[in-house]
Amino acid sequence: MSTTAVSLRQSRAAAFWYSTTGKKIVMAITGAMLFLFVIGHMVGNLQIFEGREKLNAYGHLLHSLSEPLWAVRAVLIAAIVLHIIATVQLALRNKAARPVGYSRREAINSSYASRTMYWSGPIVLAFVIFHLLHLTAGIIVPGAAFIDGDVYHNVVSGFEVWWVSVWYIFAICLLGFHLRHGIWSMFQSVGLNHPRYTPLLKQAAIWIAAIIVIGYISIPISVLLGLVKE
Amino acid sequence: MKLTLKIWRQKNSNDKGAFVSYPMGNVNPDMSMLECLDVLNETLTERGEEPVAFEHDCREGICGSCGFMINGVAHGPERATTVCQLTMRHFKDGDELVLEPWRAHAFPFLKDLCVDRRAFDRIIAAGGYVSVSTGNAPDANAIPVGKDIADQAMDAAACIGCGACVAACPNAAAALFTGAKVAHLSVLPQGKVEADRRALAMVAQMNEEGFGNCTNIGECTGVCPKSIPLQVIARMNRDFFRASLKRRDEPATTITPVYDWKVKTQ
Repeated sequence: MSTTAVSLRQSRAAAFWYSTTGKKIVMAITGAMLFLFVIGHMVGNLQIFEGREKLNAYGHLLHSLSEPLWAVRAVLIAAIVLHIIATVQLALRNKAARPVGYSRREAINSSYASRTMYWSGPIVLAFVIFHLLHLTAGIIVPGAAFIDGDVYHNVVSGFEVWWVSVWYIFAICLLGFHLRHGIWSMFQSVGLNHPRYTPLLKQAAIWIAAIIVIGYISIPISVLLGLVKE
Repeated sequence: MKLTLKIWRQKNSNDKGAFVSYPMGNVNPDMSMLECLDVLNETLTERGEEPVAFEHDCREGICGSCGFMINGVAHGPERATTVCQLTMRHFKDGDELVLEPWRAHAFPFLKDLCVDRRAFDRIIAAGGYVSVSTGNAPDANAIPVGKDIADQAMDAAACIGCGACVAACPNAAAALFTGAKVAHLSVLPQGKVEADRRALAMVAQMNEEGFGNCTNIGECTGVCPKSIPLQVIARMNRDFFRASLKRRDEPATTITPVYDWKVKTQ
């Protein structure tokens, strides 16, 4: 037989954060912010196809907006940190929720992308750190010398190193998988699910993820094929 | 037909369990999975062995007592079917069926294929009451409810609390169950009165029980014998979110489950 004891809960904000549902809402909102960044960053990057001047001018524009740039960066870093903390805490909780595993378990109703979020997320994070050290800070410079302010040169010379391009393409594909589940999942987590629109949203998530992947990897592929060069 | 049942045998939570294979020579394809276990238990009893413990009651798929994993799928390979309604003709002659109990921290192990699912009862209890007028029975249709809303409520209310959603979830989350119990009341005008308090209390109790969290992957709805849709989870999330923003009263209290046997779980 079991007995029970009544326990008192914390304050309102604490109760929200300590609840699995609350944490998922935090993950959904921070995920949405990061998704918007991914879109914006891709649109900015694609200016590489308009030539050196256009891309470098865009880079200078961003750097000239010092305060707003750092405000956006601060928000994005906060979003990443919250997204990761919530994920790690929920993952630990999930691990504890099934101390004894099954001898076998079949997945019958879930997408590959949704089951591999725990893998795609950390690998994309590792890539983002590498990517910042490579093209933002200029600390890791696999190709020709990093020239501060010459974005075009840094990108092209970086992607001419084959493993940089491969790593980039691999990480972006994983980002696509992450978004294929994340784009619709964020709506579900904040409680938006509709019998008519959610199937459309799931379809749209696949297309949006595919467009993002194609948009991003078009850059290293173009560099490797020599379509974009110094 | 010939089948081999590979069943998880474990006397209690302190015992170290193991799979035991039972070859079945003459299985009638029209038998249900539970009847197949009945036949096995007959022979085990005749041989003087301990019969396999499994839960069952109505055997027509509406009580929610039965349920275990068959070859890694909760309630077996047929969709929208409990194990009591699963007939043996869905398997091929010579198949080996691996039967395993639900595995979750919040479902402490009892024996063989039985686990303690009282966590579900406490989640329902946390939901509390629905305000209704006392006195004479109200006139029928005094509160108009659209057919679409009534259908939504009925879809959610179809939950029989078998626990397959928890068992199939890689996170052992009870979101589909709790969502169904939240949604079948909160979509109706009669259930709207306490909707905020109910969502907060039931989610708090669900977390207290040590279930995992929902990652929206959808394994639960795939194995649900009543095919309860993921919309009920969204409903729960929405009610929880809204209630968290606007709630004025004291936070929800939860009941801490205390088991007087060792909760080492298996």
